[in-house]
Amino acid sequence: MNYNVDERGYYGDFGGAFIPEMLYPNVENLRQNYLKIMAEPSFKEEFDQLLKDYVGRPSPLYLAKRLSKKYNTKVYLKREDLNHTGAHKVNNTIGQILMAKRLGKKRIIAETGAGQHGVATATVCALMGIECIVYMGEIDIARQAPNVARMKMLGAEVRPALSGSRTLKDATNEAIRDWINNPVDTHYIIGSAIGPHPYPDMVTRFQSVISEEIKWQLKEKEGKENPDYVIACIGGGSNAAGTYYHFLHEEEVGIIAVEAAGKGVHSGESAATSALGKEGVIHGCKTLLMQTKDGQITEPYSISAGLDYPGVGPMHSHLYKTKRAEFYSATDDEAMQAGLELTKLEGIIPAIESSHALAIFKHKAFKPEDVVVICLSGRGDKDLDNYIKYFNL
Amino acid sequence: MNRIKQKLQEDKKLLSIYFSAGFPSLNDTVTIIQDLEKNDVDFIEIGLPFSDPLADGPTIQESSTIALKNGMTTEILFDQLKDIRKTVTIPLIIMGYFNPMLQYGVEDFCAKCAEIGIDGLIIPDLPLDVYERDYKAIFEKHGLVNIFLITPQTGDARIQQIDAASDGFIYMVSSAGVTGSQSGFGNTQEDYFSRIENMKLKNPQIVGFGIKDAETFTQATKSTKGAIIGSAFIKHLHKEGVNGIANFVKTIRY
Ligand SMILES: Cc1ncc(COP(=O)(O)O)c(C=O)c1O
Repeated sequence: MNYNVDERGYYGDFGGAFIPEMLYPNVENLRQNYLKIMAEPSFKEEFDQLLKDYVGRPSPLYLAKRLSKKYNTKVYLKREDLNHTGAHKVNNTIGQILMAKRLGKKRIIAETGAGQHGVATATVCALMGIECIVYMGEIDIARQAPNVARMKMLGAEVRPALSGSRTLKDATNEAIRDWINNPVDTHYIIGSAIGPHPYPDMVTRFQSVISEEIKWQLKEKEGKENPDYVIACIGGGSNAAGTYYHFLHEEEVGIIAVEAAGKGVHSGESAATSALGKEGVIHGCKTLLMQTKDGQITEPYSISAGLDYPGVGPMHSHLYKTKRAEFYSATDDEAMQAGLELTKLEGIIPAIESSHALAIFKHKAFKPEDVVVICLSGRGDKDLDNYIKYFNL
Repeated sequence: MNRIKQKLQEDKKLLSIYFSAGFPSLNDTVTIIQDLEKNDVDFIEIGLPFSDPLADGPTIQESSTIALKNGMTTEILFDQLKDIRKTVTIPLIIMGYFNPMLQYGVEDFCAKCAEIGIDGLIIPDLPLDVYERDYKAIFEKHGLVNIFLITPQTGDARIQQIDAASDGFIYMVSSAGVTGSQSGFGNTQEDYFSRIENMKLKNPQIVGFGIKDAETFTQATKSTKGAIIGSAFIKHLHKEGVNGIANFVKTIRY
């Protein structure tokens, strides 16, 4: 079984480029050039150097002893929270800004949910001196105020998405409309492993540095490259895709995805796409998608703005359908408790998105001898208000 | 012969009107279609509303949202249209995004369209290659014409490809942008229009996006077969309801 994208841009039945003709020249140009550009030595050199000196990579692989003890297994945390800007998102934006420059683009647009991708995009645009416009749902602007302030300070214009559920899905619609309106000079930096081909593959490749590092770090610490499990939360699926990438074809490595169940998978307020979704087309790709019987996309819910998306990237739909990955979902409450628990046990305040991955211990028991790697995709600074409100701190 | 192709042979500039089915009220669909025909509109694009219309600006987005709030569904639209051919003879085209059709089942959707007397489909997010590989045979079996879009950015080779795959007309998007965002016709359009004219395509072109009055209609149809009005008509429906359709059409073609 192949878990990578094929030459047509599909992961099994999922993926493709379901885009209006207005986007065709841009997406086709990207498709024809992305692999070539990524393979250029000068590109690789600049990308690696920025990841090292600017982002602070490699991110540590940290053996969480007290957490391990509590759950009677061996837990490593991949510390993407320690990256510059506080999450894995910057791995992708560094890659895409270098791509945009080589494609001769002068203007950057992005969508954002939690604001992490928006901040990571605004950051690289400041770094390169390129104009940056970030679309963000009106509701997310309210619940992620610190990140909105960061983007503004970095010189980005934050435009509220006022349509639909006014969250990530709608911000993505607005970004795509902007791209249709500005077809020549603009590059769209998508923030997750979603969108029309080649985006899911390109984002996955930029994020794959996560699993590349896990391999050699684990070799140093455990004497073997492969853990028993890799675990990540899934919004659109970029931290997960990066965490899984180099293990996809290593059969002995179990792959675990944790989605946001919101107030409960069947509560009507959830973002657990694999459980609730059916095959459909969203934002340019065929994938699992939360929708009505009539094919209208439904409005997801999660306490975490970064997981509040009605679809998952096509790679993950394929991993789900082929059963290569196990899918779980964590409720708001389970995630918040798991976040507080990590804070108390390890002195690390995680992003609420990442807390969903940590909530795996509420759903699955591991063996004492298992080596379990969890992607700690981001830090919780942006979520302090939510934690404080939730726990009455 | 398909009604679209027949219409394209008429010796005049064709006027096509788009509206979102289920807007302003759920059951206005048939009235709007009949009134448009009575007022000499040449064909009609019936918008199947979608929650996330990527290629549309605020006006059509809002009309889709209202239509969905009014309870419009694919099933209801087909039901409203089931006797449409008893009263209406001009070509009818359904314009919608791919996901609702996919959920209905593309084969079932096409069969239903044929049964009702729909002549063609415009599906902006169904790309040419997927259509040709997976759906062309189904469309053809049911006698449906699939209409493709081109834009000022579409390269010549791609236009040739689209022309070869088309069997009706080509929907020529007037300028870069989502629906309703164009301010008027300028030099870029002139260049684009003459480029297309010089390509001598086998399919006639109908221009859409940014046509809103007699002036833009005349400009758009100078070198093409006709033009499509969407957002301007929706705005009119918003203000006047379904009543003044005759007045609206008169402002375009007097
Ligand atoms: C810290 C963090 N983790 C995870 C996500 C979810 O995105 P993805 O599934 O693409 O990794 C986000 C999105 O904003 C995030 O900020």
